[in-house]
Amino acid sequence: MEIKFILNGKKMQVDAAPDLLLLDLLREKGCYSVKRGCETANCGLCTVLMDKKPVLSCSMLAVRADGHEIVTLEGMQREAEEFGSFLADQGAEQCGFCNPGFIMNVFAMLEEMKEPTEEEIGEYLAGNLCRCSGFMGQTRSILAFLKYKKEQREGGSDR
Amino acid sequence: MLKIKEYVKVNSLEEAYELNQKKSSRVLGGMVWMKMMNRSVGTAIDLSGLGLDTVKETEDEFVIGCMTSLRTLETHAGLNACTDGAVRESLRHIVGVQFRNCATAGGSIYGRFGFSDVLTMFLALDSYVELYKGGRISMEEFAEKKADRDILVNIIVKKHHQRSAYVSQRNAKTDFPVLACAVCLDEEGMRLSIGARPGRAALLKEKMDTPVNKKDMSAGEWNRQAELLAKKAAECVVTGSNMRASKEYRTHLVRVLTKRALLAAGGMENGN
Amino acid sequence: MSYVNKPVRKKDAMALVTGQPVYTDDLAPKDCLVVKVLRSPHAHAWIEEIRTENAMKVPGIACILTYEDVPQDRFTMAGQTYPEFSPYDRLILDRRMRFVGDAAAIVAGETEKAVDRALKIIKVKYKVLEPVLDFHKAKDNAVCIHPEDNWESRFPVGADNKRNLCAHAEEGDGDVEKILADCDCVVERTYHTKANQQAMMETFRSYTYMDHFGRLNIVSSTQVPFHVRRILGRALGIGASKVRVIKPRIGGGFGAKQTLVSEVYPAIVTVKTGKPAKMIFSRYESQICSSPRHEMELKVRIGADREGTIRAIDVYTLSNTGAFGEHGPTTVGLSGHKSIALYRNTEAYRFVYDVVYTNQMSAGAYRGYGATQGIFAVESAVNELAEKLHMDPVVLREKNMTKEGGRFIGYDGGTEVTSCALDRCMARAKEMFHWDEKFPRRVMENGKVRGVGVAMAMQGSSIAGVDVGGASVKLNEDGSYTLSLGATDMGTGCDTVLSQMAADTLMTDYDNIVVFGVDTDISPYDSGSYASATTYIAGKAVVKACESLKERIWDLGAGMLEVPREETDFDGSRVSRKDGSGAVSLEEIGIRGTFGNNDSLQVTENASSPISPPPFMVGMAEVEVDRETGSVEMIDYVAVVDCGTPINPNLARVQTEGGIAQGIGMALFEDIQYSERGQMLNNSLMQYKIPTRLDVGKIRVDFESSFEGSHPFGAKSIGEIVIDTPCPAIAAAVYNAAGVRVSEMPITPEKVAMGIAGIECENCKKDEF
Repeated sequence: MEIKFILNGKKMQVDAAPDLLLLDLLREKGCYSVKRGCETANCGLCTVLMDKKPVLSCSMLAVRADGHEIVTLEGMQREAEEFGSFLADQGAEQCGFCNPGFIMNVFAMLEEMKEPTEEEIGEYLAGNLCRCSGFMGQTRSILAFLKYKKEQREGGSDR
Repeated sequence: MLKIKEYVKVNSLEEAYELNQKKSSRVLGGMVWMKMMNRSVGTAIDLSGLGLDTVKETEDEFVIGCMTSLRTLETHAGLNACTDGAVRESLRHIVGVQFRNCATAGGSIYGRFGFSDVLTMFLALDSYVELYKGGRISMEEFAEKKADRDILVNIIVKKHHQRSAYVSQRNAKTDFPVLACAVCLDEEGMRLSIGARPGRAALLKEKMDTPVNKKDMSAGEWNRQAELLAKKAAECVVTGSNMRASKEYRTHLVRVLTKRALLAAGGMENGN
Repeated sequence: MSYVNKPVRKKDAMALVTGQPVYTDDLAPKDCLVVKVLRSPHAHAWIEEIRTENAMKVPGIACILTYEDVPQDRFTMAGQTYPEFSPYDRLILDRRMRFVGDAAAIVAGETEKAVDRALKIIKVKYKVLEPVLDFHKAKDNAVCIHPEDNWESRFPVGADNKRNLCAHAEEGDGDVEKILADCDCVVERTYHTKANQQAMMETFRSYTYMDHFGRLNIVSSTQVPFHVRRILGRALGIGASKVRVIKPRIGGGFGAKQTLVSEVYPAIVTVKTGKPAKMIFSRYESQICSSPRHEMELKVRIGADREGTIRAIDVYTLSNTGAFGEHGPTTVGLSGHKSIALYRNTEAYRFVYDVVYTNQMSAGAYRGYGATQGIFAVESAVNELAEKLHMDPVVLREKNMTKEGGRFIGYDGGTEVTSCALDRCMARAKEMFHWDEKFPRRVMENGKVRGVGVAMAMQGSSIAGVDVGGASVKLNEDGSYTLSLGATDMGTGCDTVLSQMAADTLMTDYDNIVVFGVDTDISPYDSGSYASATTYIAGKAVVKACESLKERIWDLGAGMLEVPREETDFDGSRVSRKDGSGAVSLEEIGIRGTFGNNDSLQVTENASSPISPPPFMVGMAEVEVDRETGSVEMIDYVAVVDCGTPINPNLARVQTEGGIAQGIGMALFEDIQYSERGQMLNNSLMQYKIPTRLDVGKIRVDFESSFEGSHPFGAKSIGEIVIDTPCPAIAAAVYNAAGVRVSEMPITPEKVAMGIAGIECENCKKDEF
């Protein structure tokens, strides 16, 4: 059936089979950052934002995107570079395969919480698996990024 | 792989009901479970256009639309205030935020899954299911009922003067529970539900004195009561073995978790 | 200007964090055939008949292959240097099914839907045979898993297919029985570890196509491109020269991709059809038919005198290689070599092993490669020994640990301990962890008990006398360098680490190095990234190549300045006359290299090593045990590693944190369970839980570096050793907290709670009498 949705700020009109998963549609449309790490909704690699909320695109029928706004890492390149550089400075990006889903969920978290605690970070991101890093470097990068953002905000208000 | 022939985003419950009378039809919840199934669906019925994705709070109840996400329940201030955070506790271990943004309350309850934290939680509360044709029936009755072709519309939680607690044991933090235990103490007494036995959650009800309905109950007395109830639960709740744990360990946990949940709900000390 | 021992960013970091399409499935042509495999539902069966006519009629199906369509020379999928230690026991498709998930047919079609449809209607008539599912009963079982006449072991590893034996050996020194009999204190115990899955986030995958020279091109997520080329040349019967292998970015390997799990299927489809093809393993397939850790059972006996001098160690390992022998004969060796050699005072040791075939999924290489299993057993026994001796396990180890300048006992990668800071690792770990305040336990206010445990580990750095590192470096016309590598970066950052060494050797800027790897047509030969080899052995090759290129640049520069070389200096950016009367820049030399030049400004070098200098480490774990539920919560993990010079401290740290997290998963909940019919039950990330960020507690890492003289920068390895300490350290911590010794991984809450209940019952009984 025909669906209309906004993908990374662009209006899309596509013909989607009723059982096509959003993940597969997004990859078809060139959003290769969206990865599949499992078939059981457990890994978080396929995380995209739907109306600003993080969802598993592996468990979402493409037709359900009709009328909604979908954002993948392709649509947040500037933000990805900004946060990603903190991840890179820890060497915590490692193989990189889980990075896009992880980074999308970090953005979703920061949408909900300005200054999450370490505990809140852990709970919010628990659905993002990473087999390389052991998570410590990811947390360090988030904390460093939060500090940077806070300094930016406060620095800004001083001026 | 799940195969779907036709997808219909319905405009009314009547339409959904009619489409669902066909054996090959399926009502879509959040898709996280259904997607894993290797089956063919004739018509996939999507209720997401019916505005059933919110929690409405009235003076004496919460009406939870079937398409409400688990994440919405988890973060709902009123529901969590009423249940002392037990609802949040029952949900926050389920895989991850993205998963809980997808999974729906209706889907979780309708599935009547053995591992379900959601069903375990709601069974302990004075809660009901509103079916399009079948009307309002208690959660307990619904849990026992075989799946039919009616449409689950809302989940209702009655407000009481109550205290609740939820405790669970897991092999890993975001895994299915090895055992889950929800307790609600209200004016009448106690409702205790044990889930992931690994079978479908079982409910034990007891009209009795608790620190909730009997203000002057001493900590010592409740502790004794909790101990007795925990022993009783361990004796009468049927458990089984699966790949996560043995029957014996589960029965051991019934006793431990029941006591902890009772003490926590009684305001004595925290559970796990 | 130095980059070694600096935390520089990975070369590919920004591409990865912005989600660029750099992995196998991102690059595969959109029109390539989808390849899937029909898998056996039986653990042991014989295909009597397989009918594909109806399946072939499904629109879009390009080819269906069965055992009748494949070459009949057996081979191994183990990515090892030739001649492989692993037996030649595979066909691409065989008539005998040896585990649930074994390949019965290959189907390729234009769409996934068509292929799925075809898979459903292939008719296979199986004669179901009795399976061997208990690895204790495999050796000399009446049921033979590999009775075929063309089964072949090309290396004398003690294999005998008629006995279900993949390898056997006995090693030792001194009279173990005599010394043990003479010891004041002996611990004897049996340990069991499971066939854990590497569970890298990117499952196995590859795609293939024919090029304009009629050669088979394979783009694969592999750690061993050169072995893939050689092995596929044989398996397909077309010869290695007809095969080219390209490695893109890899979404994690951890040893899994040291076996050719996926490559052969699209490869044979492309050979048969001439069309591009790809095979993407589902997570289900990655769980049930791949290359996990070898399940092992280890019987350990260890004896000491009253003062705590360890005098004898006896290890017997029974290893389950599953249906095929990939890495079977080699992993088992590490279970003894890397555990026994941790101790220096041993008067006698013995190490005996059997590796057996069973009708379970074939095992392979997983980070640690047998050392993880052996170190769990031996270190656990040492912890128990300390208790029996009423000694602090740290003190016992300080008394006995291997020391720099000494000699290794029972180690196969060298006799001299050339570099070892194990003593400093222990001292630093003790200090960071506050061991003395925390050992053995603390009862917390909430009634839970915190216990602590310690373990040591060693691994190797490459396979001594076997592994070959390769590097090729050239000066470009703009003064930049291109470093070509055969080593495979699988996310660990070896492209970066090797570039750092190149930059220092060439005295140039890190950003002046362009790094490239791997294409078997272009890259220098390298055995691949495994056996903790890359930093050490490929690092040596890089430095050799850079040193040699430096000489050539210098020569050419001096020639351009028209003075003898002795009268010039080279500082990395220019060659200048010592008298200051002239200089040429690197860029000018680069340009000169393209203009009327007879001397190539490109050098390729190999490196190998007669020794495999081990990295060492100490791990200390603190857990909190709920004595009623048996829950074990990770509180703190301190790791202090001697990997020689950490070339990139950030990447070394993250390697360590990642390895420890994997070890925590192995220790606490990663379980492999089989049904009675031999079906693997943990077949998804829902049923095989790997650690989330909530499961690992705090992991703290530090380095105490020795300097390994056989490496130009003093480096050893880090990739594998880091997974070796969690099992024994956590098991000891749980024991100290709960009084329960769990000798079979994982330490589930059930084992702990039921253990405590058992002990309490015992105590009740004692009280009654």
